[in-house]
Amino acid sequence: MTTPLLDAPLLDATGLVKRFGALLANDHVDLRVMPGEAHALLGENGAGKSTLVKMLYGLLQPEAGHIAWEGRPIHLPEPRAARALGIGMVFQHFSLFDNLTVAENVALALDAAEPVPRIAARLAEVSRAYGLPLEPAREVWRLSVGERQRIEIVRCLMQDPRLLILDEPTSVLTPQEAEGLFATLDRIRAEGRAVLYISHKLEEVRRLCETATILRHGRVVARTDPRTETAASLARMMVGSEVAALRHAAAPPEGPVRLSVRGLSVAPDDPHGVGLKDISLDLRRGEVLGIAGVAGNGQEALFAALSGEVLAPRAEQIILDGAAVGRADINARRRKGAAFVPEERLGHAAAPRLTLSDNALVSGHAASGMVRHGLLDRGRMLGWVDAVTRAFDVRKGPRDPEARALSGGNLQKFVVGREVLRKPGLLVVSQPTWGVDAGAAGLIRQALLDLARAGSAVLVISQDLDELLEMADRIAVLFHGTLSPAEPVAGLTREAIGLRMGGAA
Amino acid sequence: MTLFEAILLTVITASTPLLIAAIGELVVERSGVLNLGVEGMMIMGAAVGIAAAITTGSSAFGVLAAVLAGMAMAALFALLTLGLATNQVAVGLALAIFGLGLSGVVGAPFVGVQREGIGAIAIPYLSDIPFIGPVLFAQDPFVYAAFALVAGVSWFLFRTRAGLVLRACGENHASAHALGHHVLRVRFLAVLFGGACAGLAGAYLSLVYTPFWTSGMTAGRGWIALAIVVFASWLPWRAAVGAYLFGGVTILQLHAQSAGVPLPTQLLAAMPYLITILVLVLVMRLRGGGAGPAALGQPFVPDR
Repeated sequence: MTTPLLDAPLLDATGLVKRFGALLANDHVDLRVMPGEAHALLGENGAGKSTLVKMLYGLLQPEAGHIAWEGRPIHLPEPRAARALGIGMVFQHFSLFDNLTVAENVALALDAAEPVPRIAARLAEVSRAYGLPLEPAREVWRLSVGERQRIEIVRCLMQDPRLLILDEPTSVLTPQEAEGLFATLDRIRAEGRAVLYISHKLEEVRRLCETATILRHGRVVARTDPRTETAASLARMMVGSEVAALRHAAAPPEGPVRLSVRGLSVAPDDPHGVGLKDISLDLRRGEVLGIAGVAGNGQEALFAALSGEVLAPRAEQIILDGAAVGRADINARRRKGAAFVPEERLGHAAAPRLTLSDNALVSGHAASGMVRHGLLDRGRMLGWVDAVTRAFDVRKGPRDPEARALSGGNLQKFVVGREVLRKPGLLVVSQPTWGVDAGAAGLIRQALLDLARAGSAVLVISQDLDELLEMADRIAVLFHGTLSPAEPVAGLTREAIGLRMGGAA
Repeated sequence: MTLFEAILLTVITASTPLLIAAIGELVVERSGVLNLGVEGMMIMGAAVGIAAAITTGSSAFGVLAAVLAGMAMAALFALLTLGLATNQVAVGLALAIFGLGLSGVVGAPFVGVQREGIGAIAIPYLSDIPFIGPVLFAQDPFVYAAFALVAGVSWFLFRTRAGLVLRACGENHASAHALGHHVLRVRFLAVLFGGACAGLAGAYLSLVYTPFWTSGMTAGRGWIALAIVVFASWLPWRAAVGAYLFGGVTILQLHAQSAGVPLPTQLLAAMPYLITILVLVLVMRLRGGGAGPAALGQPFVPDR
């Protein structure tokens, strides 16, 4: 291998174009990564970051444009070709196999056939060298999210990459796990490997990277040194306008308890799942309670138990406005003034192939007067869609399209708005702004906060700690199915919450 | 030859077609594809196998033709479910029905034609061992092939990289694709292998077990093979246990019926099903397994 000149780019992509149907995901994108550089790729959801790196990894084929590696034009028909050059990728949604062992997962990403026991030995060596402890013989489903990411990183490193691409690597980590990742990345860079770091977390990028390429709507809008920018100026470039800060009305005087949970335990519904262990919480009128935690620590079980999708063992374990509802189903709870927005918007919150008006009925039939004498009131259903559309700025083509025709952000605004407009006494919402662009996220957070201040009680389950710190009055942490006591946000630090998210405090 | 030896021999011949078909389907399902059309592929193997054997006068050619017939049926299934990403359950059911119908047409000219079945191959010296010899080492080639298949598939799935890739495609096709494995190609080859095994199992029925053709002669064995795969937790050696258990109890209950055991014949006829399911469920409980390939039955469409 010849030593590349210092000013010759390691990877030079010019004019890449990729189209999905009518959507122009990448519109003549240029990207230049220098050897040994930490390069950030910034942009909102849907800006085309993942599409771009998939083309660099050989998973997608560009329709136009050229990619050069150390000055030579290259063609990447498949990931194997990219790996052979020295391009490794850590995926955002892990590309792991739950029922296979760590060593088998690594073997699948290596191109040379090598017996699994030998891979296991090499794996142990690499993981020790980089301070990423892993047990080769364990099945992946037994591992924490942080450990799973270690597998992804270690198996990339075993291929001795020159360029490591990481797609939103910290979105699933606790702050402490993220610090561990940054230390690993520093070590990787010290060996002269370049890192292409995709994120929308601006502080991380400012800490880690010396160059940033910013994408918006599939186009490169800026190239800059993130260390000379502020988080706000980077955000402005990503979004294209000022991002409005959340308007906080004064926290209300302590109101009456609207939701009370006592000693709630729920068995996990599948052998790989996490249940709930002795959960207790109080939620008062006028406040937003945040439930922090890394995904997979019981969030699904908590949402299911609070909504009534899974019944509590005893009725008095969940008390809503003085009534014991632990054994009541979701519709009975809705009639008592509760509303629920699950995490998965397409498939759980909304039926993909039903129109918006039908979807409004699906959650509102018990309490919104859309059914009279067993007959559907179409006018009222459509009226409800129009009202949500106006209040939440839902952008759609026809008046009443199928749910799957909406973009993620617009559908999320619809499913949150559908419940918020009912002015429920209690709103339980899970991951309210997951995968939603900054504008829509701001609007949704403001609506939830306004709802609480108008007298409702709002419970937000979220993995996004920044979101909870921004909008919640109190935060509790869910870890392995147990819930820490809720504490006022004013007295909490990110570090304190992070330790609890990792089960350390 | 004692009566006991004779019973054991009939058990082996009753179990072998189940085992061959089940091993093929096991590989298919491990790759993430559910092919419910085993019955259809199997009976096409039986019909084409005997038709070719009678026409050419060669049993070997009959077996080859049966394997190719099973593969042709499987290729049709693969074209629809992998190429066009249609529903695997619907296409599999259609394949089973289609195979039953088409085999009737293919076999019609050969109804009632008797021919000499494929004989046993006695392994020198080993077959002379008292008792064990005639039972284990004086069998027809299919019995040996069945056990070679079990051992080979077990080795392939758990000891080779290609087997690991195949299992990975069945666990999570999106991840396998993201790592650059050719999910559809792997699945296509697995489906073809399943078809070849089903065709071979069919050939056994018409060339060895009852060496003549009657329409519908598979008599539901394809469905039993499917059930064995599930209850064997997708493990090859457990599938062998399941197939032999089913074959064994089938023969034993026939002897019990003729011996006048005072139980309703319907109950006795149901025994193979009950006992096989019971035993394999118990094994699953005690030894684990049972979840199945996570991506089983899900169509995969790569975004390109």
